Amino acid sequence: MGLLSAAIWLPIAFGAVLLAIGRDHNAGVVRAVALIGAVASFLVTLPLITGFSNTTVGMQFVEKLPWIDRFNVHYHLGLDGLSLWFVPLTAFITIIVVVAAWEVITERVGQYMGAFLILSGLLVGVFCALDGVLFYVFFEATLIPMYIIIGVWGGPRRVYAAFKFFLYTLLGSLLMLVALVYLYFKSGGSFDILAWHKIPLPLGTQALLFLAFFAAFAVKVPMWPVHTWLPDAHVEAPTGGSVVLAAIMLKLGAYGFLRFSLPIAPDAAREYAWLVIALSLVAVIYIGLVALVQSDMKKLVAYSSIAHMGFVTLGFFIFNELGVAGAIVQMISHGFVSGAMFLCIGVLYDRMHSREISSYGGVANTMPRFAAFALFFAMANCGLPGTAGFVGEWMVILGAVQFNFWVGALASTTLVLGAGYTLWMVKRVYFGDVANDQVRALKDIGGREFLMLALLAGAVLWMGLYPKPITDSMHLSVVELLKHVAISKLQ
Amino acid sequence: MNTDYVVPAAYQVVMNWPVIFPELFLLVAACTVMLVDLFVTDPQRRPTFWLTQASIGVFALMQLAYHDNGVTAYGMQGMVVVDPMGHLLAFFAAVSVMMTLAYARPTLGSREMLKGEFFTLSLFVLLGISVMCSANNFLVVYLGLELMSLSLYALVALRRDHAISTEAAMKFFVLGALASGFLLYGLSMMYGATGSLAIPRVFDSIATGNINKEVLVFGVVFVVAGLAFKLGAVPFHMWVPDVYQGAPTAVTLLIAGAPKFAAFAITIRLLVEGMLGLAVDWQQMLIVLAVGSLALGNIAAIAQSNLKRMLAYSTIAQMGFIVLALSAGVVSGNTLSAGNAYSSAMFYMLSYVLTTLGVFGLIMFLSRQGFESEEISDLAGLSQRAPWVAGVMTVFMLSLAGLPPMVGFFAKLSVLQALVSTNATLYIVLAVAAVLFSLIGAFYYLRVVKVMWFDPPVQTAPVQQTQGVAVLLAFNGAAVLLLGPFSGGLMALCRDAIVRALAT
Repeated sequence: MGLLSAAIWLPIAFGAVLLAIGRDHNAGVVRAVALIGAVASFLVTLPLITGFSNTTVGMQFVEKLPWIDRFNVHYHLGLDGLSLWFVPLTAFITIIVVVAAWEVITERVGQYMGAFLILSGLLVGVFCALDGVLFYVFFEATLIPMYIIIGVWGGPRRVYAAFKFFLYTLLGSLLMLVALVYLYFKSGGSFDILAWHKIPLPLGTQALLFLAFFAAFAVKVPMWPVHTWLPDAHVEAPTGGSVVLAAIMLKLGAYGFLRFSLPIAPDAAREYAWLVIALSLVAVIYIGLVALVQSDMKKLVAYSSIAHMGFVTLGFFIFNELGVAGAIVQMISHGFVSGAMFLCIGVLYDRMHSREISSYGGVANTMPRFAAFALFFAMANCGLPGTAGFVGEWMVILGAVQFNFWVGALASTTLVLGAGYTLWMVKRVYFGDVANDQVRALKDIGGREFLMLALLAGAVLWMGLYPKPITDSMHLSVVELLKHVAISKLQ
Repeated sequence: MNTDYVVPAAYQVVMNWPVIFPELFLLVAACTVMLVDLFVTDPQRRPTFWLTQASIGVFALMQLAYHDNGVTAYGMQGMVVVDPMGHLLAFFAAVSVMMTLAYARPTLGSREMLKGEFFTLSLFVLLGISVMCSANNFLVVYLGLELMSLSLYALVALRRDHAISTEAAMKFFVLGALASGFLLYGLSMMYGATGSLAIPRVFDSIATGNINKEVLVFGVVFVVAGLAFKLGAVPFHMWVPDVYQGAPTAVTLLIAGAPKFAAFAITIRLLVEGMLGLAVDWQQMLIVLAVGSLALGNIAAIAQSNLKRMLAYSTIAQMGFIVLALSAGVVSGNTLSAGNAYSSAMFYMLSYVLTTLGVFGLIMFLSRQGFESEEISDLAGLSQRAPWVAGVMTVFMLSLAGLPPMVGFFAKLSVLQALVSTNATLYIVLAVAAVLFSLIGAFYYLRVVKVMWFDPPVQTAPVQQTQGVAVLLAFNGAAVLLLGPFSGGLMALCRDAIVRALAT
């Protein structure tokens, strides 16, 4: 079994075991097994980073086995510079989620941990799949555990949020399914994604395919105006659900643009670039303003996620190396930062059972250690140099200015808006006088919470100070992608 | 004198008895079971049950053995044909009847319906199905159909002091008779136009082209209407919700499972093997039926609070998918995509029946202990009372909704692929419409999942488990989950069977 198969199936196997053995009376064992599973799954992804060759064009760690002969479907896995980092990121975030749930989740622990481990394996599968059907299977299957997670362990409006999340994303992906089947037919009976990159297509067909993929990925990213499921899902999901949703699941959409939309329909992508750029700018500016007026912390971070993902799609569709590479860096850094932001809210919510900004004030006085972390992540969220948030945004803004000065100028408003909504929230929640007796009674974070926040803080700092390993490993793939996109596929 | 002339195999007038050995065996077995049951004193009817299961098992093995021979043969003076498709469908039907009986036995016992008649009639249902699967003549189709239908009418009415069941039986009988009438009328038109009841001869007469097209098409309309009745496609679906809801769940399962294979078989025999030359005409009708079924089935299912009724509408919608695949066989006079389209429909039917068996089996499994789990709300909090049962039901629901990695997804994928591969704009638009309707469908399947997982349990008593049925349910769930990713072999079987059926 190859490394990628191990990275996919190890967490799924652990998850299945947890579902089978997990009962509430053996919650301790369940937690331990879950942690072992998550750590083991993370460890098997490390050889991917060390073994990845930055000088090889094309897929690495390839595994290819015949799967369904009738439709020429293959179990085909591989990584390139575009997808490499998302595999360890997913496994890493899963460890954080398991740790974060340690004492917080007390009901149906086995099912909770099992769902997250299975979800982790499926998400890794999406990033590794090089076969259309395999990709779709993983892409869709991720909905099932997330639906259960939101619906079972979520907040008061969890049922509404779970349905909205599921049906919204399903609508997009069903249209993508038709596109996949059409490509299968057009390519003469192959589901190989890399082969699809090469088939010439007339502009009209490309446009339809592009729109079908756009329906799937724009909903997933989510782009304005199909973003409305995200605030609901984020607010109602348990902390772990929000973390995985923000850190990984949103990236599936963005990754889909890189793997499908751009290389399969490059002419249509150039044709519709203005549309995507416009929607991205709307996300950056309008959603940034919306975030400013939120009174619920989770909603605020959810809107901030949409704005940050707007940056990612903007970076892809300005078609220069800085833009695309910056967007991928932004995806990874957003994985760490938004995950950390949601964890911070989770820490507060566990103690106060409120997400309203107005119920807090002066938390820094009673939880100094926690407040230091929270402030640090908030700074990363608004793109302070030296943190992960800065690198990607900076690269995308540079790329956007190269592309068109005004696009760059509008995009850079995020630095103002992001700082505005994040810091204003920090000011209201953490600084000032202690607001009420509940805040006065707050206990600072313990060792478990310290550990998970410290791990994330370390990752954020590392990406901010030394992003070279990441940019180096994606360089060749990005250049290849841009070369490919620049060549017309029209006949 | 031309000595090279060989009578085409399909026209050979020989008895060829071995061809119908499985059916003869089943007939003898049914009579034996009926006789043996007279002497059974056990209130659990164990001897009857096991004898029935053993007979069906032997029948299934015979079909499998014939299938593995892979030959196409004719018998009873050209009345019946045996080919891999017929054997495969009869085999699947036999397995589904076996599963039905296994699921049904505990429930029947607690409803005072555990009588010998149940088993004998079930065997006759299977016999009718088998006859339809190997029919090569309009009359034989009708014979098999009536044998199956009459047995089913009696089964629905088995609980004769139960008002709703009786009403359902009445509706089923009246509408079923109407459908048979439609079919028979259509077949008589075909006979009038072509002068033959033998399916290959009808095919050949249509191929010559010098027959009265008006009468033919008129006949086709009635044949399609009759078939649509049996499949339960809109606008001939009215009986489905009432019968599914009204019949005892064990009988609902018998109606929802095995007979679908027969409906598929006669659709292929009549429309494809008999009237492929008229495909342009009947495909249009099928498209209307399919879109109507997808729309009405999916939308009406949302409004249901009764689980069995919801599943009835869901069946209508699923049939829409199958009919859609059947309509994509011939594109602008070209039959290249026929094998692809019909085999995907067959695989879809297989995956649908497998899932349906599990769902109704599960309903019976839950309904045994004192309360009927007929309302969707009865499933509330099942995940806390019996996590694994809720897990299995979730797999079934998601499979019906067409989510990977369940088998339902791969069935939908193969139908979509058949539609898109025609490369005709109409079919691509239909594929998009079908997936949008299945989005609506996802809602009500998900609602069942929601009730089981998100809602607090109404009653806290743990689910009482019958070992045998529990094991069968677990296997059924595993099959629905794993036959998806490992569906390659079954898909190939279906394709092979259809290709051979088309070749003759």
